[in-house]
This record gives sequence, structure tokens and C-alpha cells, in this order.
Amino acid sequence: MKAYIQGTGCVSAQDSSIFPETIREYEGDRLPVADPDYKQWIDIKQIRRMGRVIKMGVAASHISLQDAGVKMPDAIIMGTAYGCLADTGVFLNKLVTQQEDMLTPTAFIQSTHNTVGGQIALLLGCHAYNNTFVHGAFSLENALQDSLLFLEEDTSRKVLAGAVEEITDYSHTILSRFGLYKNGVAAGEGASFFVLGAEKDEQSQAELTAVEMLYKPASKEETGSHIEKFLNRNGLQPSDIDLLITGRNGGDDSYYEAIEADLFATQPVAKFKHLCGEFPTAAAFALWMVTGILKKQQVPPAIMVKGNAPSKVKRILIWNHQNTTHHSLILVSAC
Amino acid sequence: MSKGVWIAGGGVICGIGENLGACLDAFEKMQPGMATMEHLHSVHAQTFPVVEVKADNETLAERAGMPAHWSRTALLSMIAAKEAIQSSGIGELKQYRTGLVSANTVGGMDKTEHFMEAFLADPKKGRLKEVVHHECGSVTELVADALGIRHHVSTISTACSSAANALMYGARMIRSGMLDVVIAGGTDALTRFTLNGFNTLMILDQQKCRPFDDTRTGLNLGEGAGYVVLVSDAVAEKVKPWCKLSGFANANDAYHQTASSPEGIGNYKAMQGALSMAALEPADIDYINLHGTGTQNNDSSEGLAIERLFAPAFPPLSSTKSFTGHTLGASGGIEAVFAAFALKEGIIYPNAQFTTQMKELPFKPVTTFSRGNVLTHVMSNSFGFGGNCSSLVFSK
Repeated sequence: MKAYIQGTGCVSAQDSSIFPETIREYEGDRLPVADPDYKQWIDIKQIRRMGRVIKMGVAASHISLQDAGVKMPDAIIMGTAYGCLADTGVFLNKLVTQQEDMLTPTAFIQSTHNTVGGQIALLLGCHAYNNTFVHGAFSLENALQDSLLFLEEDTSRKVLAGAVEEITDYSHTILSRFGLYKNGVAAGEGASFFVLGAEKDEQSQAELTAVEMLYKPASKEETGSHIEKFLNRNGLQPSDIDLLITGRNGGDDSYYEAIEADLFATQPVAKFKHLCGEFPTAAAFALWMVTGILKKQQVPPAIMVKGNAPSKVKRILIWNHQNTTHHSLILVSAC
Repeated sequence: MSKGVWIAGGGVICGIGENLGACLDAFEKMQPGMATMEHLHSVHAQTFPVVEVKADNETLAERAGMPAHWSRTALLSMIAAKEAIQSSGIGELKQYRTGLVSANTVGGMDKTEHFMEAFLADPKKGRLKEVVHHECGSVTELVADALGIRHHVSTISTACSSAANALMYGARMIRSGMLDVVIAGGTDALTRFTLNGFNTLMILDQQKCRPFDDTRTGLNLGEGAGYVVLVSDAVAEKVKPWCKLSGFANANDAYHQTASSPEGIGNYKAMQGALSMAALEPADIDYINLHGTGTQNNDSSEGLAIERLFAPAFPPLSSTKSFTGHTLGASGGIEAVFAAFALKEGIIYPNAQFTTQMKELPFKPVTTFSRGNVLTHVMSNSFGFGGNCSSLVFSK
């Protein structure tokens, strides 16, 4: 099953509407989102109470629906590894410091992982299928897979799929203590949404050809062979990939390099995390970027790692991994 | 869509029993599990009864074959998943393309809330091993790794309906031919985070909860885990499956972040969608395992949605939360096991603590345990925060 990307929306460290013409540069180990004016999509009275990650999700989902010309999706399916960290942190802080006394409900209400999906549905008045995957670096991928399976049941449907993540001071401190942001790796956050349909029409911007996850491969060889088989199942060889986009983050990228040298020796290679930062659902930013590349047939030079930016792009493979244990493969084609 | 998805087995651990057999015994003897908390340390211990699994982490860890310092959520999950696999008779998982789709609402929060005490005093303090499994997905992976599952591992969190959605996703992957076997369900341990959260919403009952009773004043929190083993047609031929997962649907109430719409729009759509997928009429349903939390809001919305869909004839219905409490992310899994087993054995579970019929409803729940019922189709409801509503239909 494949799908067509009918519209996209993104809130990231980059200016969502003008990328890739202008690229924002950041210093330090944190790439916060460039907040758009949320009043465009959310009532000003609600903005004050709403958690930041919810605002990002609502904004990105609305931009994608507008872009697709869809008012009411037939499903809202999203992914988030960490969920609503800010409100979780607020409630935990009060729970501990006030010894479980005099707590208020707002932070708790907004702390559940399905808050963003629920709020998007609430603001749209959308009674359709609604699901939230919370599986680390597989959260986006499962949301996309669930979308493809949902479209298979009824090809007339339009699915709103995406992912969100936020950095908070607590999470950044704790993840830094785990050693995640060493050697130039910067934390990221953001929201990216996509409107997916089973049928190609004049709105279609790119084809989401296939999605796959690989959990804890035993070796680099297994990963390489898995990637090759994934391409074969889609009637392709590694040499058919016009641009490989990997999740290198500036830290130890040797795993990517080894498999690139083996499978994709002659293919141009690009990266994206210097633009959005490292986070479990960062591949959603890559998918947003790739849709733009395929639609405009333009590859921004700032993303290239190896080889030259191709002038014509038909097929792009996004390969992201987290700690070499969670591999995500997203194959996207021009349409 | 013609491909079938079968329930080959199930496993449960919750506050009324350490396995499915013990839970059945508690239903038959009318022994709900509410009590003063012993294992969770909260200032509210004397105020709110909970339905705890009656074992400490060391005991659970031994049964699970896992270290006792891991989140209780993972220990409960492992115990129920192992029982589910054993009961299914499918043998070694290695011979199949197997997935684990697990649900939970707060991951390793039981450890995180302890970590925060030291961390908030000094951000350099707090043992990192207490937050290494904070993420919901991390808890699932501990269990997947222990069971040797690698083909597919995922986690769903849609509050109280989480585990029902895990069954749906697992079923879709089997139907599409991606997997042969999926262990699907959910797990959640009691935490101070959820206890205090529900307390701020003022929906915790200080007595035993009374689902679908006119005198109800709230829910009791519980903990546990429940998993079914979903299998494809081909695997089902090799074993004696309990029943089929014939229909499922998920709809959103789109009314309020935590409250249900008065008329239960999402509840109605979920039940209607599940019936429609199973190609059934409301009259075909022989028993409903209600979401039935015992809150004013849920039971009224769920009840009115049932009235709208099923009137004038109502099947026997009951809320097993009157025994187990509300186990949140686990509840859809635990109740799926109860519902599928009810269908297989012709059992109807009682609704405990019931005295007074709700004024707004023309029906009341079943209050006695019975065997020998002829059941062909059973429905299980899971509704909750974020407007997420899910219904499952099991068929012979």
C-alpha cells in the first residue's frame, strides 16, 4: 500500500513557510522551534492555557490541511515519543514540592500523550478515527503505517498524519546527563503533519511509497541487507535512489557512513538534523522537507553531504536510526 | 478485508487476581479488589481505596523473570503477556512473524516520580536508571526483548482506550499479511501522578465505585495488565482459538479534553462502527462489557449512547471495573481478555456494588455471575480522555 501526500505543514527551528530559501543558524546544543503566530489557527483565549507542544501540533496540522484543501480528515493519526513534557513536568514538580497537596487539574489534563491528537480533533470537530503512537523513534513510522493500513480499508479516505515533540528544561537537563548532546549533537523539537490520500490527483505533491522499521538488528550487515531487501520489495536497487537522506546528527555517524559506502557508494547523500535538531520523531521533518524537494524538483545545497545535488529527483530514501537500534526507512517518490 | 483475525488466548494480572483463573474466581465469589493501598506510597492512602495487584515488586519481578528495579508497569506487562502466550497453545514465537503492540498511559512514571524528588532539589542528582525507562515505548521494549519479539514492537497511548486501539492496530497488521501473531493489550501500574491527577478532576470515589448506579460518585483506580494473542487464519487452524475479533472502531467525541459529551457521540460512533465492520445489528450482541468507570459523566454518556443504539432491547451488560477498578492503559486489554473468554465459556460477569438504577436509563447492569449462557457476539467498550472512544466486537 502506498499513499499520496496531499499537503504538508511544519513548525520547526526553520521558518516553516519559506524554507529552503533561508536557513536559520543556531548556536549551542538546543534548536528551539521558530514559533509562528499561533493566533492564525487558535483562539487567543485558548492560546494562553494551551501547552506549547499542543500549539505546535495544532498549527502544523492546520497548515497541512489548508495546503491539501481538506477541511475534515477521515482520521487523525500521530506519533510522539515524549508526549506533553512541559505539562508533565509542571504536574510532577507540584506533586513533589507540594507533597500531593493543592494540585490543579490543568497540567494533568494536558499531560496525557493523546492531548495533541485530542485537541486537533476538538478544534476541528472531527469525530473520526484518532490514534497516538508513543514508541520512541518508531512513533512517526507507526503513525504512517497505521495511516497506510487505514487507507487500504477505504481508498476514498484522507488521513491527517504527523508527529510532535517538545524540549523542556527538565528533559534537556536529563537527556544531557545521559550524554545525548555531545560532540555537536543538538536537541531539536517540532511538529510536522501530512494529509495522505490513497488516490493520486492534481493536489498530490509526492508519493509515500513505503515505510518500514527495523528493531535491534544484530549487525551492520543485517541492517544493510534489510535496506536492500526493502528496496527490492519496492522494485528498486540502491542505485535507483536519486538522493539518500540520512539522520546523521554530527555525533558518531560511522554507522551511516559504513552502510552508505557499501550500498550507496555512488548515490548523493544529504542530511537534515543540522536544520531541526535531534529528536525521536525528527524523521517527520525530513519527510516534510523531502515532499518539498520532490514537488519543486529542487534540492537545497545546504543539506548535501556527499556528491552533488541531483537536478532531477524521482526517488528519495530517508534512513534514520536512533542508537543503531531503531531504524526507520521511508521511501518517497515524485508523482 | 476478508481475512480473519482470531483470539488464540489471553492473560491478565490485576487487583482481583494474578491470572485469568484467579480473576474468574473473584467474579464468581463476588469479591471486588478495592482496598487501602499497600505498595503505592501516597498521602492519600487513607482517603482513596485502590485496586492494587496484591504483590510487591520483588515478587512480581520473580514471576516476570525481570530485575525488581524495573518499572512495575513492565513487570505486570510481562506476567500477563507470558500467560497469554502460554494459554494460546501456539508454541514457540520464533516460528512466526510476531509483533508486540502494547499500550500504557504513563510508561515508567512510578520510577520517574521518585527520581524527581532528588532531581528537583539538585538537577545533578537523581539516579538516571530511574528515568531510563520513563518513555512509554521503553516499557514495551523491555517486554519485547524478554519475549524475543523483533518483527514489530509498538506502543499506543490514547488514555483509557489505549489497549483497545492496540488490538485494532495488531488486527490491521495481521489482516494485511504483515504479521502472523500479535500480542496486543496494555499495562499500567498505579502511580502518584495518576492518582493525584484524577483527584484534581474530583472523580475519585472514596468508597467502592458503583458503575451504572444512580448513587455513583466516581471511579477507583486500579493497576494491571491484559493481553490477547491475535493470530491469522493460518495460525488459527493449528490451535483452538477462543473466538474471532470480528469488528472494531475508534471514534472521537470531539467535545472536551477530559469529559464526554452528554449524549456520548464518540461512544455511539465507536459502537456503531464496530458493529458495522462485523456486519452485525445491535440485536446480535449478547453481552456488553461496559467502559463503566463509575463517574457521573462516563456512565451517563455511555448509557445514553447504548440506549440510542440498542433500544428497545438491551443485552446483558456489566462493568468489570466494579471489581478491578479503572486500570487506565491496561483496561482495554484486561477487558478484551474478559470479553473474549466470556464468549468462549458462556460467562456473564456481574456488576458489583449495584443498588439503584440510573434515572435516565431504561436498563440496569447484570448483578450476578452466570455460566452456561449462549453467547455468539460480545462487545467491549473503552472510552476516555482526549475524546478517544473505542469498541471491539468478538464473535464465535
